Amino acid sequence: MVTPGWYMALAAVLFSIGGAGVLVRRNALVMFMSIELMLNSVNLTFVAAGTGLGLIEGQTAALFVIVVAAAEVTIGLAILVAVFRGRATANVDELSSLGG
Amino acid sequence: MIEVVVFLIFAGVAIAGALVMVMGRNPVHSAVGLLTTMFSIAVFYVLQNAHFVAAVQVVIYAGAVMTLFLFVIMMIGVDKTEDTTEQIPWQRPIAIVVSVGLAAVILIAGSRAWITGRSIFVDGINETIEVVADALFGTWTLAFLSTVFLLTIAAVGTIAMAQYSPRRPEEES
Repeated sequence: MVTPGWYMALAAVLFSIGGAGVLVRRNALVMFMSIELMLNSVNLTFVAAGTGLGLIEGQTAALFVIVVAAAEVTIGLAILVAVFRGRATANVDELSSLGG
Repeated sequence: MIEVVVFLIFAGVAIAGALVMVMGRNPVHSAVGLLTTMFSIAVFYVLQNAHFVAAVQVVIYAGAVMTLFLFVIMMIGVDKTEDTTEQIPWQRPIAIVVSVGLAAVILIAGSRAWITGRSIFVDGINETIEVVADALFGTWTLAFLSTVFLLTIAAVGTIAMAQYSPRRPEEES
């Protein structure tokens, strides 16, 4: 029998992998993908908790997170494309104009 | 029983996809790994009788978001292999240690609450779409309507970013 705890443990592992991706990678696109992975694992936690508690709010919360993530991806990729047009790089180490 | 088998198979697939995403040198490989993980998560939603969220996951994440990612990858830098030299010393080992520690802390703290918690997996919520719709358009109408504003603002922001033309350094005088 698969309890919601299993899904939550898996979501914790996926979240940590996503966090490692944000910390380790230097390609802004891959960092974005890692953030998406973290959001996905949070969604999995929401749905598992909703199933475990017998509440539908877990699924509605997941839907709202999906909406916010879609908006975030649109804006983020637009910013990336604008940065790339100016700098011709997606490496965050080279994007240090604000660093002084 | 079959549920456990499906869970174990797709848990392995999801973690493998996530690792491919993090370790892949080519951004396209990363995108395909993330796509695999997203499909696996959709399978988990189906296993938990969250059919509507599973459909939304496949359509929006695996469909729209990943297509957008692949499009931008093709536009920006598929031919460039990432410069793997690390600028900050000790960044990579510390990041890995922090991530493993985070997973350990979540698992240890969570195991008190989830695993030994009430033994669950109820029959599932039947007619999921109706129940989700009742919650979205009944209890959470205000939150649902505010997503309209969010999406409108995102669309306007994207258009503004698309019209923004950065000044090249040599154009500055």
